[in-house]
Amino acid sequence: MPETMTTAAPSAVTLTIDGKTVTAPPGTLLIEAAKQAGIEVPSFCYYPGMALQGACRMCLVSIEKMGKLQTACTTTVAPGMVVHTENDEVRNARKAMLEFLLTNHPLDCPVCDKGGECELQDAVFRYGAAETRFMESKLHHEEKQFSKLIYYDWPRCILCYRCVRVCDEIMDVNAYGVAFRAAHSEIIPNRGEKLECEECGMCVDICPVGALTSGTYRYKTRPWEMNYTGTVCNHCGDGCKTTLSIRNNEIIRANNRDHSGINGEFLCVKGRFGWDFVNSQERLLEPRVRRNGSQAPASWDDALGLAVERLKAVIKEHGRDAVAVIGSNRTSNEENYLLQRLARSVLGTNNIDHHRTADYASLVGALTAAGAKDRHATMAEIASANSILLIGNDPTQQHPLVALQIREAVRQHGAHLYVINRNRIKLAERQAAVFAEVKNETEALASLIGDSPSGELAALREKLQAESDTVVIFGSEIQGRDVQRLVRWALALPGRTRFVALGDYANSRGAADMGLLPNTLPGYSPVSDVAASARFESVWGGSIPSKPGRNIREIIVDIDSGAIKALLVFGSNPAKTFGVSKETLAKLSLLFVADLFPTETAAMADVVVPAASFAEKSGTVTNLCGEVQALRKTMRKAGTRSDFEILLALARLLGAAWPYRTPDDVLREIVERVPGYSIALPHLLVGGAVPTRPEGAPLALERADLVFSSGDSLFTSGSVSRFSWALNAPEEARRPRGHIF
Amino acid sequence: MGFRGQKIEMISDALKSKFDQVIAHYPSKRSAIVPLLVFGQDEIGHVSGELVEEIARRVEVRPIEVEETIGFYSMLHRRPIGKHNFQVCTNVSCMLRGAEEIMAHCERRLGIGHKQTTADGLFSLEEVECLGACCGAPAMQVNYDFYENLTPEKVDALIARLKKGGA
Amino acid sequence: MSDYESYLKGSPLEVQVISRRFRIPNITSIDVFLAHDGYKALAKALKMKPEEVINEVKNSGLRGRGGAGFNTGMKWSFVPRQSPKPKYVACNADESEPGTCKDRPLMEYDPHQLLEGIAIAGYAIGSHQGYIYIRGEYRYLMDILDRAIAEAYARGYLGKNILGSGFDFDIATHTGAGAYECGEETALLNSLEGFRGNPRVKPPFPAVVGVYGCPTVVNNVETLSNVPAIILNGADWYAKLGTPKNGGTRLFCLSGHINRPGVYELPMGFPLRRMIEEVGGGIPGGKKLKAVIPGGSSCPVLTADEIDVAMDFDSVAKIGSMLGSGGVVMIDEDTCMVKMALRIMKFYAHESCGWCIPCREGTSWLEALLERFHSGAGLATDADTALDVSYNMLGKTLCPLGDAAALPTISIVKKFRGEFEEHLKLGACPYERKAVAVA
Ligand SMILES: Cc1cc2nc3c(=O)[nH]c(=O)nc-3n(C[C@H](O)[C@H](O)[C@H](O)COP(=O)(O)O)c2cc1C
Ligand code: SF4
Ligand code: FES
Repeated sequence: MPETMTTAAPSAVTLTIDGKTVTAPPGTLLIEAAKQAGIEVPSFCYYPGMALQGACRMCLVSIEKMGKLQTACTTTVAPGMVVHTENDEVRNARKAMLEFLLTNHPLDCPVCDKGGECELQDAVFRYGAAETRFMESKLHHEEKQFSKLIYYDWPRCILCYRCVRVCDEIMDVNAYGVAFRAAHSEIIPNRGEKLECEECGMCVDICPVGALTSGTYRYKTRPWEMNYTGTVCNHCGDGCKTTLSIRNNEIIRANNRDHSGINGEFLCVKGRFGWDFVNSQERLLEPRVRRNGSQAPASWDDALGLAVERLKAVIKEHGRDAVAVIGSNRTSNEENYLLQRLARSVLGTNNIDHHRTADYASLVGALTAAGAKDRHATMAEIASANSILLIGNDPTQQHPLVALQIREAVRQHGAHLYVINRNRIKLAERQAAVFAEVKNETEALASLIGDSPSGELAALREKLQAESDTVVIFGSEIQGRDVQRLVRWALALPGRTRFVALGDYANSRGAADMGLLPNTLPGYSPVSDVAASARFESVWGGSIPSKPGRNIREIIVDIDSGAIKALLVFGSNPAKTFGVSKETLAKLSLLFVADLFPTETAAMADVVVPAASFAEKSGTVTNLCGEVQALRKTMRKAGTRSDFEILLALARLLGAAWPYRTPDDVLREIVERVPGYSIALPHLLVGGAVPTRPEGAPLALERADLVFSSGDSLFTSGSVSRFSWALNAPEEARRPRGHIF
Repeated sequence: MGFRGQKIEMISDALKSKFDQVIAHYPSKRSAIVPLLVFGQDEIGHVSGELVEEIARRVEVRPIEVEETIGFYSMLHRRPIGKHNFQVCTNVSCMLRGAEEIMAHCERRLGIGHKQTTADGLFSLEEVECLGACCGAPAMQVNYDFYENLTPEKVDALIARLKKGGA
Repeated sequence: MSDYESYLKGSPLEVQVISRRFRIPNITSIDVFLAHDGYKALAKALKMKPEEVINEVKNSGLRGRGGAGFNTGMKWSFVPRQSPKPKYVACNADESEPGTCKDRPLMEYDPHQLLEGIAIAGYAIGSHQGYIYIRGEYRYLMDILDRAIAEAYARGYLGKNILGSGFDFDIATHTGAGAYECGEETALLNSLEGFRGNPRVKPPFPAVVGVYGCPTVVNNVETLSNVPAIILNGADWYAKLGTPKNGGTRLFCLSGHINRPGVYELPMGFPLRRMIEEVGGGIPGGKKLKAVIPGGSSCPVLTADEIDVAMDFDSVAKIGSMLGSGGVVMIDEDTCMVKMALRIMKFYAHESCGWCIPCREGTSWLEALLERFHSGAGLATDADTALDVSYNMLGKTLCPLGDAAALPTISIVKKFRGEFEEHLKLGACPYERKAVAVA
């Protein structure tokens, strides 16, 4: 099977636009051809990637030998076509369309949320028609609240149908419709007066005017009063780029209007609205220390001092193996790197782990063993694949961007989606070419790659054999040896295959990559690998214990057994995630917790310190495809410190002289030392996503209960979402997980 | 309770089998949406919430898609209307032959205006666009029946007959 | 049905081709129809090659009776016959153009003639399914057609292997529910598919991408009703009935201020003056004619001075109007033309699908402006604004409804400017004043 099917390239079309000679492939829309030539044809209803409407008539241009003006958004280029986009006839038509649009439009720009970033306002500014001859009374309807997060103001709506299309075509939610007709045409939600949907807010984002507004942003501020910083969403593992809008040191809004990054303009409800946990009243803002049984406020010095004092005592009394560390799925790569350095080279233990939500170690190991370490698919490659095999998970709920990429692959170029799942997930219902509904994904995999797959699996396998380019995406259902089997089998398929493992959170991948694992160093070399250890020892000094540490389950058991006496927890809530009881935690001499919120684990701690959120720090995170992106500090939260700062302070108090002043210093060390992370920094600094190519030994997964997904929904995000108003307010948040909108 | 809290109306078996027949006319089920709405409304009197859901289910679309269609067509009523719906055409051919007078006469006699229904639920009145009865102007339709070359007297006679229970 | 008989007043000047069976008792029954040459044309067509059928229709000079007047055979020839997709015939029975009521008698008095025409069209383009899209208000016609269809199936003129020819063809009726725009061919297709009746972007044209994305011929009831006679009597015979490039006869609906309103079948190119005076019997009450809408409310109005015109597509176009749909509306001297403009605009504002900006906003703006103006609250600038707004719609909308709204307005403002000035001067409608004074 050839890697790419070649078809004879159709010859380009040459035409003239405003006197410029322009060449474009046949089928190119005039509006796009003009754009490529640097000529902007205004439009409202035209939106690249969505169905053509020909509705707003803003893009009318004059084409020689055609009687009437033509819409540039629906006309395709033709050889020898002579187009004018700026003659009097066109200019007058444009002005006329604007005048029409303004007839019933309330000219309330000064109080409109969209003022300053309104496409209608901009067009009037550019093309005129500010003075109207409309003397009649304007039609009016009251504003409607479609949902807790979305409002609709009919008079402002220019009926460009972008919201309807983005919801149908891009989101596949179909929550909007158009009702009535003529001047009474109106956008309607799907449940009578209300919307029931994913609450992604794409409609609000894409609305060119202030007709659809966001329940969290409306009437808060003006666009020019905010500062904008591009960073990465802190919820799921997809790693959407987001621009946080800040005013008075507070996040007001998140969007990605500049379409930069791997997600274009996409954000899900968590990305667009769910950042509000940062502003939560319940944030920890001062350290707390347990004295005489109850926690009380303390100074940073006292809190860290007490922690270090107890650590030293435990080590002295019980040895280094009595200390354990649990890291986070959300902290930065730099912080994770420092955390394991603290454990390995300062505390001297490999007792470090985190809640593993996908088995990255096995994936990297299997690919390395097969000599295929470049077969990690990027987020963009999911959307451009010809075929996708999805095993387990429910991306629509847990990985909205991955789900979007899958839908785009199917929608934009007819990719084939093959789904193996125990549930009738939405992608299976709506996009799958073949859906094998199975009892259990692990058994199904065995059958798929075994001698005689049954039923749908047989059909699915046969189809896969014929595919030229497949991205294999799997959830935590596939782990350990099964990952290795899957990788071996899929690499042996006739076509090209690439892989993605679906980890739950913003830096789940980075946590594994940075070695928050008891048996591997950053970059997945076994701790027993002397040469690999030497790589780090040479810069850290001292020596790294070569015996694998305890995994998280063993840590918990040994807290109970009394073998572990001190536990450091960073940005994690094992009490809830692993069901560790209060009694167990109470056995510790030191439970140190750094977190944003008073979680169940923090409530049991001897020392709790308030950590900074993603918005309050710099660094990098790695998404589930292995792409590294930069977090940027957008604001300060008085009282908190980033994990980076906390780790630096602990190291210092423990007597280690670390050379880092900023997270960048750590990043440079990562780039230099961690296999697969030798990434181009300039690209990262301009907001790009840089793929990594880690390599590691194929280590066996110690046991089956180490890797599991939290099974979050669109509206949950581990222990964080309960502190978000936006993720709890929508009615839909109370729907059963897996509910299809 | 059905959609938007409206009372659920029963859909007869005869109507259901008519639905099946109509759907079978098309390669795509959703083609039947407008006919089903019309036939359903004919039986129920208006487009009830249950009807919307029933049609959506039968043609395999979401209720909002049925809702979108309803709003487009002026003969479909989302709320109950009178038993006899007077639809007076006032478009040009009728206007030139006294349609406005007929409309005003209906308003006076029925005591209701455009898109209103009498308290007893017997009559509704509506000013409508061209009915395709231009050569019989002025014209109106009462439900589906055409009445042409109207005079105020003819309207009075008709109202009297309908009040007595005539068809 | 009621008063409908009053439509067929008849005139010695008529040339009855498609209306020739209208007065035959029980003609809606297939037996009577068969006794009057019924389905003979279909039998003949089935023995011809499809291309021959198309050529016959092309050469007959039959032009679309729905309004645009496109050569019917030509339209059929655009259907890509080699396309593997199914092909469809959609009969446009949405008849909603104000002033037009000619498809109604065709369906009421000779439903089988229409079915025969549709079946021949289906054979010519390689289709196996026809739909008749009937406006919702014409429910009784749907019942008549449904009965006729059932009869045709029973006798083998529809269904499988028609007359042993191997040709299969089905017809179903489809009801609209009150929307003028659904008469526009692409909006009709959307409506037929169960969507809102918004028009589609053209090209592609329905003949290539129509209903369900398949090649579809959309033809008016009257157009298709003409097909059997053309096949039976030949293209030449039909062409000669009319004027060059305008073959045959057409149904004209005389309405408004006319003594004998009714539907008359007259040859193409019949003089408008004679139509008014001799066929229609002149203006009631001995009043003077002020204006004529020559082909439904979308057409620019003609003044009384412009009625010396042959009623065919090209001649009417030459004087700046359109033959349109055959709805000829006479307007007498006591009529307020501002009010006419207002009533026409009210219609388009009500019927605009609302999809594209210039039509949605333009029609509602003009309705409000004319309403205010006619009520006496006019401004000196209003007439020019109305003209300008109309021109801003003209040629810029997605479908021709925008033009249909703009053209009559432009013609009235231009040709009856004086009446606008009078309104301004009086601060009221001069005609309503007159009416009050008389009463
Ligand atoms: C707004 C609008 C309304 C129309 N309404 C009708 C109609 O009611 N009946 C009709 O036959 N054609 C109507 N037409 C014309 C159709 O678009 C189309 O041209 C016609 O059905 C083609 O058939 P013909 O070629 O046999 O005339 C309308 C066109 C427009 C733009
Ligand atoms: S001109 Fe535009 S708004 Fe008007 S009916 Fe056509 S598409 Fe709809
Ligand atoms: S952008 Fe072309 S019509 Fe709206």
